Amino acid sequence: MPDQPTAVDAVVVGAGPAGSAAALELARAGRRVVLLERGPFPGAKNVYGGVVYGRVLDEVLPRWWEEVPVQRWVTRRATMLMTPTQALTVDFRATAWGSPPYNGMTTYRAEFDSWLAGKAVEAGARLITSTVATGLLRDGAGRVVGVRTDRPGGDIAAHVVIACDGVNSFLAKEAGLVPRTSPGHTTLGVKETLALPREVIDERFGLTGRQGLDLEMLGCTMGIPGGGFLYTSLDTVSVGVVVSLTGLAQAKHRPEELVAELKAHPAIAPYLRGAELKEYSAHLIPEGGYRAIPKLAIDGMLVAGDAAAMCLVAGLWLEGVNFAIGAGLAAGQTAADAIAVGDTSARGLAGYRRRLDACFVLADHKRLRNAADVMVSDRMLRQYPGFACDIAEQLFTVINPHPKPHLSTELLRAARRNKVRWHALARDGWQAFRAFS
Amino acid sequence: MDYAGVSFEDRMATVEFHVGERAHITVDPQVCRSCTTKDCVHACPAGLFVPTTDGGILFNYEQCFECGTCYQVCNSQGAITWTYPDGGEGVVYRHG
Repeated sequence: MPDQPTAVDAVVVGAGPAGSAAALELARAGRRVVLLERGPFPGAKNVYGGVVYGRVLDEVLPRWWEEVPVQRWVTRRATMLMTPTQALTVDFRATAWGSPPYNGMTTYRAEFDSWLAGKAVEAGARLITSTVATGLLRDGAGRVVGVRTDRPGGDIAAHVVIACDGVNSFLAKEAGLVPRTSPGHTTLGVKETLALPREVIDERFGLTGRQGLDLEMLGCTMGIPGGGFLYTSLDTVSVGVVVSLTGLAQAKHRPEELVAELKAHPAIAPYLRGAELKEYSAHLIPEGGYRAIPKLAIDGMLVAGDAAAMCLVAGLWLEGVNFAIGAGLAAGQTAADAIAVGDTSARGLAGYRRRLDACFVLADHKRLRNAADVMVSDRMLRQYPGFACDIAEQLFTVINPHPKPHLSTELLRAARRNKVRWHALARDGWQAFRAFS
Repeated sequence: MDYAGVSFEDRMATVEFHVGERAHITVDPQVCRSCTTKDCVHACPAGLFVPTTDGGILFNYEQCFECGTCYQVCNSQGAITWTYPDGGEGVVYRHG
């Protein structure tokens, strides 16, 4: 008798936030679901730029904050505009963010992703780690009917495959949903996790208890489109940059050089004095936004999370894990419904797109579809941080015995120094207003 | 290269790797010799790609972050073939 592949209702590829959310919904609907993870544990392959917004879990895991493996709750959110010798910061604190239902949290992905996968397992999903889904199984009509794995005899037949296999998604590529490469829509994040005693972090960043800081930076990437980040965990600080792949390749700077430059900046270095490198890491980020989001359902298959380019990168907002969870939940619900009625064709799975359109996942992406272009424009990167810093420096430099200069004079001087053209500034301002409104 | 007193080896030594026997990256040296930009050399955050004197590329796969930067920036179709390492192998992040 020939080996029959293992047969289940659904196979979810990738135990990141999208995959675990999908598996959780399927298991709760009473479906037999296998959750595949290529790492030795969920989160082993994952790196992020700092903050998980947990409210997406409110309905599926009530009081999630009582058990989530949090490092710190973000109660201080700052945005810093930088030149090599200046920094202008907008620094916001909200005590409300430090109590339930909270807002953002810092966490390690090894811990957070393992926790969320554990929820799926508790609900009845079968988690199989250290296993790569190497390809799609298709029937004679071309519809997806399962996955091939790198385990001997490891084919898994399923009514639905949910590809949550991340930014490099080989399954979405094999299905023809996304191009083989898209360097123009992809950024590289490089990060250093640095050890500092908890009291030192509390004192340097003005935090107490589980309070945490999320600091985003602009103008600190040696002219390459992108930005920097710094956020606090209990006894580590993570600092790094996110840069355009094409920009990085053209600039010929080493990624670790960019992080070193940021760490040496006069506004950052004092925060990190004496900190010891605990882990260096890197990961790609799909930043294509709404227009790069592929077709999400084909016969027998759905795609969610980074695999479907669902990271929201819109200047003020940089979110990914919550979007992955939101998409995973919708994919799991859709797949469960489709299996129940026995139609897992693209038409039977079309409810996935409708669910995403109706919730924040695609609503936010659609509304902010032009925001990324505005925020990573050359002017936003090379001119405006210096312009803002120069205005501040000129206004606050006391030049007695000369009297204080007029604001208009200072604006003109700062604009001239930074080659800011007024009509371009007005146009960018208007476009930013439109992109975010 | 060394930055802020941390050698690149020490930097990479902070990362846990379960090195598999199979190389999950392959490079076609013929294609690389005709490449003028060698973007992989500069962009790979793990510094896995090293140019050779004859215009080719030397690489190792053992300390790969599995990010995908190399094949994304490679301007020659097919010069870099990149797959995931076998299940359970490759990079293991603890603080990602």
